[in-house]
Order: sequence, then structure tokens, then C-alpha cells
Amino acid sequence: MDNILSIVTFVPAIAALILAVFLRGEDVAAQRNAKWGALFATTVTFLVSIGIYTGFDPANTGFQFVEEAEWFMGLKYKMGVDGISVLFVLLTTFIMPLTILASWNVEVRVKEYMIAFLLLETLMLGVFMALDLILFYLFFEAGLIPMFLIIGIWGGKERIYASFKFFLYTFLGSVLMLVAMVAMYVDAGTSDIEALMSHQFASQSFSVLGVHIVGGMQTLMFLAFFASFAVKMPMWPVHTWLPDAHVQAPTAGSVVLAAILLKMGGYGFLRFSLPMFPVGAEVLTPLVLWMSAIAIVYTSLVAMVQEDMKKLIAYSSVAHMGFVTMGIFAANQQGVDGAIFQMISHGFISAALFLCVGVIYDRMHTRDIDAYGGLVNRMPAYAMVFMLFTMANVGLPGTSGFVGEFLTLMGIFQVNTWVAAVATSGVIFSAGYALWLYRRVVFGDLIKESLKSITDMSSRERAVFTPLIVMTVLLGVYPSLVTDIIGPSTAALISNYDTALAAAEAAIQVAETH
Amino acid sequence: METTILFAPLVGAILCGFGWKFLGEKAAMWTATGLLFLSCLLSWIVFFTFDGVTQQIEILRWIESGALSTDWAIRLDRMTAIMLIVVTTVSALVHLYSFGYMEHDPQWREGESYKPRFFAYLSFFTFAMLMLVTADNLVQMFFGWEGVGVASYLLIGFYYRKPSANAAAMKAFIVNRVGDFGFALGIFALFFLVDSINFDDIFAAAPTLAETQLTFLWAEWSAIEVVCVLLFIGAMGKSAQLILHTWLPDAMEGPTPVSALIHAATMVTAGVFLVCRMSPLMEFAPGATGFITVLGATTAFFAATVGLVQTDIKRVIAYSTCSQLGYMFVAAGVGMYSAAMFHLFTHAFFKALLFLGAGSVIHAMHHEQDMMNYGNLRKKIPYTFAAMMIGTLAITGVGIPLTTFGFAGFLSKDAIIESAYAGGSSYGFWLLVVAAAMTSFYSWRLILLTFYGEERGDKHTHEHAHESPMTMLVPLGVLSAGAVFAGMIWYNSFFGHTDQVAKFYGIPVAETAADGHSTSHGASGSDTVSSDGHGDDAGYADDGHGEPSSGEHHYVFAGEPGEGALYMAPDNTVLDDAHAAPKWVKLSPFIAMVLGLIVALWFYVWNPAMPGRMVENFNPLYRFLKNKWYFDEIYDAIFVKSALRLGRLLWKRGDGNTIDGFLNGMAMGVVPFFTRLAGKAQSGYIFTYAFWMVLGLAALVTWMSIGGGAH
Repeated sequence: MDNILSIVTFVPAIAALILAVFLRGEDVAAQRNAKWGALFATTVTFLVSIGIYTGFDPANTGFQFVEEAEWFMGLKYKMGVDGISVLFVLLTTFIMPLTILASWNVEVRVKEYMIAFLLLETLMLGVFMALDLILFYLFFEAGLIPMFLIIGIWGGKERIYASFKFFLYTFLGSVLMLVAMVAMYVDAGTSDIEALMSHQFASQSFSVLGVHIVGGMQTLMFLAFFASFAVKMPMWPVHTWLPDAHVQAPTAGSVVLAAILLKMGGYGFLRFSLPMFPVGAEVLTPLVLWMSAIAIVYTSLVAMVQEDMKKLIAYSSVAHMGFVTMGIFAANQQGVDGAIFQMISHGFISAALFLCVGVIYDRMHTRDIDAYGGLVNRMPAYAMVFMLFTMANVGLPGTSGFVGEFLTLMGIFQVNTWVAAVATSGVIFSAGYALWLYRRVVFGDLIKESLKSITDMSSRERAVFTPLIVMTVLLGVYPSLVTDIIGPSTAALISNYDTALAAAEAAIQVAETH
Repeated sequence: METTILFAPLVGAILCGFGWKFLGEKAAMWTATGLLFLSCLLSWIVFFTFDGVTQQIEILRWIESGALSTDWAIRLDRMTAIMLIVVTTVSALVHLYSFGYMEHDPQWREGESYKPRFFAYLSFFTFAMLMLVTADNLVQMFFGWEGVGVASYLLIGFYYRKPSANAAAMKAFIVNRVGDFGFALGIFALFFLVDSINFDDIFAAAPTLAETQLTFLWAEWSAIEVVCVLLFIGAMGKSAQLILHTWLPDAMEGPTPVSALIHAATMVTAGVFLVCRMSPLMEFAPGATGFITVLGATTAFFAATVGLVQTDIKRVIAYSTCSQLGYMFVAAGVGMYSAAMFHLFTHAFFKALLFLGAGSVIHAMHHEQDMMNYGNLRKKIPYTFAAMMIGTLAITGVGIPLTTFGFAGFLSKDAIIESAYAGGSSYGFWLLVVAAAMTSFYSWRLILLTFYGEERGDKHTHEHAHESPMTMLVPLGVLSAGAVFAGMIWYNSFFGHTDQVAKFYGIPVAETAADGHSTSHGASGSDTVSSDGHGDDAGYADDGHGEPSSGEHHYVFAGEPGEGALYMAPDNTVLDDAHAAPKWVKLSPFIAMVLGLIVALWFYVWNPAMPGRMVENFNPLYRFLKNKWYFDEIYDAIFVKSALRLGRLLWKRGDGNTIDGFLNGMAMGVVPFFTRLAGKAQSGYIFTYAFWMVLGLAALVTWMSIGGGAH
């Protein structure tokens, strides 16, 4: 299968097209067909994508399964995966069938709903595979639209506000990135990502309007990309769109948002920021590290006082993404390995946590923490699942949540002990907000009249959670499944980064002596 | 065999927790218990057949990243072997005990299945604890460390309908996380310095680390001191030492077997185990060990004072645990790790015995825990009374002074007090002696209030007080035997002569020519650097005659760091010095014990009006102790409340006004436009348009890729 990447990417889009063209009507049968169709398409995509995993050679740090073709107006269609991106592809294909299955209760515009999710899958997969700047941008930006619609149409009461906030934030960030991309194209004369990674962008410092810019062009380009990825992550202080978006999004929307869309920011840092603008990255590393450390503490504290379950988990997501950015910019093996691991693991854990909220939201139609209490009395299976993921969320060893957190912290300690100490305090706060949420929702006596007849998880719900439980525990006990794949690629990334920095420094010294 | 020991409890937990619906409640519980007894049996076999050579048994790869390489592995040495028998023995007995204790729990309604869950948690705890003690690297230890934390959280909050139990469970987990914060930083620092977190590598690097400087936070420190202090912060959390002790008394919300297993015999001793395990590092960190000594002694004293005035039977024992852990830390702090392990070992027996005995009393009294409602129970529950009596004799340290004949606590506690003296910590020595007097007082107070005097409280409860079933009495019997004999049997191994102790732990020794005590000081005098601290020792060694002579040969520890289960530097002569301590030192804990007993008798037998008068006359002091030195109130005000206040501030002001306000302000021109657009959007047009736009884009891309693929 030479074009397995394209197949994986476009099967969902083709399925969406088929649904759009052939499926008519709003009756029960049509709805059922839409659901099964979407589930079938996403499952097939997942099964095919396993071929990418099995065929992937971790020792090869270059791009694999590369497909290249001329497109229109001189643009290129180029796809490929390396150790850094391949697991994001699998995460995406793994999560999507579960989100479809979790959306079984949707009743409004089911066909459009399924189309939106299928298209979203294609676009997300494209982001992780694109090896051409323009293609990447297209996927990256277009992905906004279905998510915007998912929040805007199937969301909660204030969905319009939330969807526009989401759209504007991420879009404004991307505009700057586009400008930088044009500049890169002009400078390097190519839009090929592989070529750009070995291109050295100018890093001589210069002054604009009296402002001295250390690192020159690289710093500016880094900042432009940073604007986009930081919003996407999201990093403090541009995170405020996320809680609103999560709260208003339907459960499946939240799952995709947390599990996959947020990872695009982290992926972007690894694909563009570090390899292409090493000098810029180095100049701004202290800023990024401190933003990450502040994010961890700040959002954990804010999470503690939330009254809405989804908001609480959303803030906890921001804190966890703080570990990711911190690990990436520690720029050493443990840090970057940990960051990627954390992203994958957070994909499973945050998905499960939002699904946990979804389970009781479907029954009670409220996300108010105060509306619950004592669920364990009637929902023992739910209590167990929720407990497992609460513990995974606080980074309990033996779950995947631990490995990422631990490695990123280990990485950062070698770079900056202050940041490490502040970030490590996050383990205390996360225990605080997560256990308190659990206590208020699940423990206690079941007193509230409205909850007296609540039912435990259905077999469909159990089926959604089972794969997530398996992955969370499996990766916690045997993380080599991930680290073996990413290890060589991150090692190459770091050694390239260090070499590029050394070269840039040498160039500057030469320039100074002359 | 070691692997079976380790995983049998996990299998038991899984079978019992998930399989009870298929197996049936009783069968599931017996499965878990049976597997634990198997584990226990194998542990004793390992303990007795262990030949002193450290073994590593690899099971599975774990976290690997660059230079970091960790496995799931078992490190079998003497330390592990000791902990294996402690953990599995107490755990197996507690499983058995729980059959009786949990039979009719008034917390649950008719027909509710809570027992398999309880047994599953117990077994899971045991597994995590075994992971902790068998770890051969710090990350696996951290796994066990946090794993026992979760088990403890689940078991403290076992009565999940009780708000107080839920609060206590959360508190335990979070306070422990504060300790883990330090522990984790310690691991990171070690990896940074050594590029490995496997014990062998760390230990081998210890001498180098002692000369390394580490920039940590605002200053440059001696690397090894930083690491040891950070690791000890972890130990403080788990072992409930001062500052981080507040969770332990609250943890008594859990069922009593849990208190016996987790909060007395095993989990809380993990901190002591960690410090002893890290002895190759600790030996090079005089600052950190000094801190450990002071904090341990202070905790021993503090907890004993609070224990004096508590009336809840479990809380008295909980504070007693806290205090005894302080003893162990003092021993470790002065470099006498073996004495710390000795006390850990004997304490596991008699403290588990006291807790299970208390559980038996509580069971007899229909879950009444206030000692003020007990009294005169010795005839109604004679076996429990006998067991509690033995436990009390052991904890207060009854034995024949100046010999090695006595209850377990007599030997191990005196070993610690002598070590504290020999180690040159007069602060530690005096505080421990005072604490010993208080230990004796509150322990006898417990016995006197519970089993003697008048019947107080609810008459009906007293009339129905009954002896516990066999499943509960058998564990009491076994533990009683341990509380009586464990000290005498293993005294020489833990605290005998240097060569005996060294043989037990597999530490190499060197022989020095010896013809009396003067030469032994000559030997240590050759290490002029270290003998400064022990300068006084020579003085009182000369006063103390009548010591059992060390025989014809004289040995000193001569291992390299990492050789043997413990590392004691060649200049560490605390063991010899302790044996050579003057008589008054050796008698002091005994005298303190007798004093405590006399005061207890005076207060609760000869003059029962005395306690009331004391409370009146020293009311502020009484309230200060009764309220546990106000730690909880202070912490609540400083940490909990301000964290929540800060959170609210950041949320409303930070996120709301500042960030959103700023960005919205920037977008002032844009917002009205989008509001209008939003108005239209709600009518649905926009979305239909957007849909076709996306669809078109997708079609375009699809077509391009198919068309493009043909080239």
C-alpha cells in the first residue's frame, strides 16, 4: 500500500460525501444509517491505520510512507509520517470511532453531525501528515470550520458566543502564522517541510524602530508560529476560549477538541518551531517555560473553584498542556519524549473524562457539580471508571498520565530547577481539584430526589470506555509501546536542534570577528 | 518465588474485586485471603533462606527515554526480605481478621455487598506495598509509593457515605502529595546528577555526589544534601512526620483493620524504609541526617503529648504510631539504620496487635470508639484484654534492664535511645526519653480506661459486650507472639555486634586488632575527620563498664556504598558506642516507662479525680494538646482557604476581567460585526453555507489527491 496515508486520510471524507449525497430524510432510519455509516467509516479508517503502525520503522528517523504529487498552481501534495507524527495519526483514528459511538443519542441533524465529524477527522489527519507548508495550513485552518459548526449547532445555550470565541482566537493566531509562512517561502524558495527543516533561516540580530531583536528573523518567525500554536494548545494567557468552547460543545465535540485538536499546537512546535527556528526558540525558551509553569499552577487553582464539571476538566486540560510545552522547550530527550507521551496519554484520559461527564449529562442534563452527589450508590461501574480516570488525570504511576508528567518534569529539571519546582507543585493541586470533583459528584449519600432513579452505564457506554481503559493502563505499565516509536525521532530532533544552535552561534562569532 | 509473592496479592485483588459476582462473595474473599497466606508463607521461606547476596529479578521494561532506563524489577536483599515478611504477615492476618470485623458493618444497608470490595482494596494495597519494598529503582518505588497512597485513600474513604471519611481520604492523599512533591524532585535531581535512577548506580555514585555542587533554586548546595532532604520530604509525608502529619489521625475514619495494616504496620513505615534504603546516600549527608534526627525526635515528642489527652481509642494509637515513627527516624538520622529497621519490624507486630485489639474492643462495644464510654471490660472480653495487655507491655518497653530479655518494644526502643545518645544527639536522646514516659502513660491510660474501673456510657452496650469470633482472635494470638518474641529472637541480627549485624545485612567487615575498648577508640580515632562528632563518646565509654565485651575480635563496617542491604561508613561507630553507653543511659527508658506507669495508675486508679483537676488547672495547655497544637486550623487558614481564594481571584479577575476583558477590548470593533452575524447565524443560513463550503473543499482535495496520485 503505497498511498496508505492518503487512504487513511480521505476515507472519512469520502464517507462524508456519500452521506451528504445519498442519504435523504430526517426519519429514524436515515438517522440510524448516518450513525452506522459514520461508525463504519471511522472504524475502517482505524483498522487501515494499524497498517501504518505495523509498517513503521522506528529506527528510521526520516519521513516514511511518503507520497508526493503535483497539485495545482505549482503547489505540492506531500504526505508522510515520522516518529513524531505517527502516533498522533493513530490517536486520531483510535478516538474517532469512540466519539461516534458516544454520539448515539444525538437527535438533531444527525446526518450533518456525522458529516462534520467525518470531515473533521480527515482534516485532523491531514494536519499530522502534511509535509507541505501550504497543505498543512489548509488542513490546519479548515479543521476550524467543522469544529466551529459542531459547537455552534449542537452546542449548549451559549454556543454562539463560544463558537465565535473559539473561531476568532484560533483564527487570529493563524493569520500571523500565514504571514510567517509566506516569508519562509520567499526566503527558502520552497514550501516543502522536509526541505525547510534543513534550511537555515537568518538569525542575525537587528533592530527595528529602536527595538533590538535577538535572533533576528528566526525570532520573529518563531513568534508568528507561536501565536498560532499557543492559542491552539492553549497556553496561558490565551487559554480562555477553551473552557467556554468545552462547556458549550456537545460531549463528542469536547472529546475531539481535548483529545486531538489541542495536540496540533504541540505537534506544530515539534514540527516547525524547534527544527526550523532553533535560534528563535532558544531566545524565547525562558518565556515559554515560565508561561507553562504559570499555566500549571494558575489553571489548577482556577480548576479548584469551578462549579461546572466540564469547565473544571477544561482547566485541568490547560494545566496538562502546560507540561507538554514545558517538556518540548526543555529540548532534551526526556522532555520531548515526555511531551509527546503526555499528549498521547492526555488524548485518552481527557477523552474519557469528558465522556464521564457526558454519561451523567445525558441522564440529568446538567453539568453543575452541585446537582450531583452520591452517584456511587446507584452507579458502581461508573464510579469505578470515573475513579480510574481521575487517578490517571492526577498522574498516578501505573497509568499513562504518570509517564508523560514524570518525563517532562525530569526533562525540565535539567534545564531550570525553578520552573521544575513550580511545575512539580502541580501534582499537589491536581490531586486537590480532581479528588474534590470526584468526592462531590460520586461519593456521599444519595440524597437528591432527582438522582434516585439514575441508571448505571449502558453496554454501549461501557464499550466506549473499554478501549480507553485498556490504553490508559497499558501505556502506564508498558510505555515502551510509545517510547520505542518516538525515541529515535526525538533523539534526531534534539541533536539537529543542538547542532543548528551551535552552527548559528559559530556563524555569529565569525561575523563578529570580521 | 519472589515474583509469586509480589503478584499473588494483585491476582487476589483482581479476582476478588471484579470476580466476586461470579465466584460468590465468600469464595472471592477466601481467594484473596488464601493468596495472601501463600505470599506470606513464601516470604518467610525467602527470609530464612536468603543468603545475603543481593539479587535482581527483572520482570518487564518500563519507562525508557534516552539515558533513562527503568524496569519493573525485584531487588532482593535483606531490607526487602524484612519488609516482605512484615508486609505479608500483617496483611494476611488482617485479611483473616476482617472476616470477623467486617461481618456486620452498621455502615451498610441490608443486602449491600461491601466485603469483596474491602478485601480487594486490602489485597491491592498489599501489592502496591510489595512493589514499593521490592523496587530496584526509584521510579518503581514511586509507583508503590503512590499506589499505597491510592489504596489508603480508597480505604480511608471506604465508608463513602460519611462526609468525614471522604474528607479524611482526600486529606490523606493531598498531604501525601506534598511529600511526593519533594520525593519527585529528589528523583529528578538524582537523575540529573547520576543519569540513572537505579539503586546500584545511585549508590555507587554516592561518594562522588558528596563532593558535587548542585544549583537548586536560589543557591548552590552540596548535591547529596539536597537529594537527601528532598527524599526525606517524601518520607515525611508518608510516615506522618511533623508538618505533614495531619492526615494520619484523620485516617482513622477507615475501618480498623485498615488502620492496623496501613496506618500502623506497613505503609506509614515506608518513609523509614526509604531513608534506610538510601543509607549509602544518607551516610554522606550529615546535614540532612541531622535534620532527620531533629524532626524525628520532635515528632516523637509532639505526637506523644497529643496522645496524652485523646479519648478516641483509635486516635490514641494513631498518635502513638506517629510518635514511634519519630523514634525510627531518630535512629536512621544518627546513622543506626539497623536499629530503625529493628523498631520498624517489632513495631509492626505490636502496633498491629494494638489496633486489631482496639478493633476487637470496638467490635464488642458496637462501634463505640470513645474510651470515656468504656470501662471494666477485662472480664467480658478476656482474650482481647490479654492481647492488648501484651501489646501495651511491648510498646511501653517492659523488660529486664541491662539484659536482652524483654518484650519486642523493650529491645528495639532501647536500641534507638542508646543509638541517639551514642550518635551524639542529646536533643534526640532527651526528647525520646521524655516521649517514652508519655508513651507509657497514654498506653496504660488506654488500658486502664478501657478494661478497668467503672462501666461508663451506654448500659445496653456494655451488657451486650461480647468476645470476638475466632477469625479475629487468631490474628491477635499470632501478633501477640510476635510482640513478645520478635525482639529477643532477632536482637543480635539487628542490634548485636558489628559482625553479627553486618552478616545479617550482607555488609563486608574488616577486622581490627582489639584488646579492649581503648583500642576500638584508637581505631575510630584514625578517622580524625569524623571522630569530632563522637568526641564525647570516648568519655562515657570509659565510664560504662560491665558492657558485654565484643569478644576477642573487633570489627568495623568495611563495605562500599551499595554493598549489602545497608551502608554504614567505616567511621560509623554508633553501634559500638551504643553498646558502650553508660548504664544510666541504658536505664533511662526503663525509668521513664515506670514513671509513666505510676502516673497513669495515680490518675486513673488511685485518684480518679486527678485528670479533671488537671484539666481545670492547666486548661490552656489542655486545649492546646486536645486540639493537636492547632495544626489543622492553621493549615486550613493558610493553605486551603487561601488556595481557594486565589483560585477564585484568578478565575474571576484573571481570566474574566483581565484576559477576556483585554482581548474583548482589542476586538471592540470586531465584536458588533460578529454579533450581527451571529444573529443571522441563528437563523441557520450561515451554517448551511459553511457546510457546503467545507464539503466543496473536501471534494476538491479528494479529487486532487486521486488525480495527483496517478502521476
